[in-house]
Amino acid sequence: MTIVVNGEPRQMAEGTTVAQLIAALKLDDRALAVEVNLQLVPRAKHVEYHLADGDRLEVVTLAGGG
Amino acid sequence: MASDPAVADPLRIGSHTFSSRLIVGTGKYAHYQLMAQCLEAAGAECITVAVRRERLVDAQGKSLLDFIDTGRYTILPNTAGCFSAEDAIRVARLGREILSQLGNPGADWVKLEVLGDSRTLLPDPLATLQATEKLVAEGFQVLVYTSDDPVMARRLKAAGAASVMPAGSPIGSGQGVLNPNAIRICLEYLKDGDADYPVIVDAGVGTASDVTAAMELGVDGVLLNTGIAHAKDPLRMARAMRMACESGRDACLAGRIPKRLYATASSPREGTITG
Repeated sequence: MTIVVNGEPRQMAEGTTVAQLIAALKLDDRALAVEVNLQLVPRAKHVEYHLADGDRLEVVTLAGGG
Repeated sequence: MASDPAVADPLRIGSHTFSSRLIVGTGKYAHYQLMAQCLEAAGAECITVAVRRERLVDAQGKSLLDFIDTGRYTILPNTAGCFSAEDAIRVARLGREILSQLGNPGADWVKLEVLGDSRTLLPDPLATLQATEKLVAEGFQVLVYTSDDPVMARRLKAAGAASVMPAGSPIGSGQGVLNPNAIRICLEYLKDGDADYPVIVDAGVGTASDVTAAMELGVDGVLLNTGIAHAKDPLRMARAMRMACESGRDACLAGRIPKRLYATASSPREGTITG
């Protein structure tokens, strides 16, 4: 299936969970939030949330700002 | 009336209390190490951050969080760069999610910024008001960036904002407080019957005297970033900003003398040798 992560298309196995995606991206998960199709997916749901073809994700963290 | 200047005079915003009245941004520094030193030198206890996409390539680089002691600073996440109420609300929720994970007390608040124009970075007043209402309903303590329009300031407070934060001048412009009278009227309106309501000047500060001038008007604090980060010597400017903020607060509480057209001698007239 194809999902879009931070604007970039990406091929993933059917039924990949948010938690599996974060692990595959090798991201530092200390400070990270995930939105799927404009809806926040809380961290506690990452393990059970199965992604579907066409899902659009935002994976964000903190950056310097004013 | 004399008062002891050593007595604590904390800044209270919603459920948060700070001894420092300077809120300092973490953006635009040459490197994170310098940022960390400047936050310390500015005496900041509350710092602002942005919420941005993870870099999926080169994700192993240094992160902002490697340089911030999240047990020491209360982090105020912003919605900078949002041009609609919907986007600002999404970013506020994402910021809350991240700060909750970090166990930072900043998880319950947001610096709301809904822009209406990319050249001036002026706020979109209608979208700002809509986003304030929605975020307040979701339980956020909303610190809202706005222009220095007193009527808008009053509307935002009525919508439940924990603090109204008028800009002194455009973001990053370094022009200081361009219209002190507008800030004075904002203060009168917002503090009418509610003297402790916190009003913060957010944006436009270029140098230490701008901070002092803002504080002397009676605002409760100043939020700044570029004024330190882009100074020739940011660390020295951070120190200057800290002292400027303290000086302005003290001068405000002390009460300045009225301005007069003519001189009044400081030395006694009696006893001069000229008889």
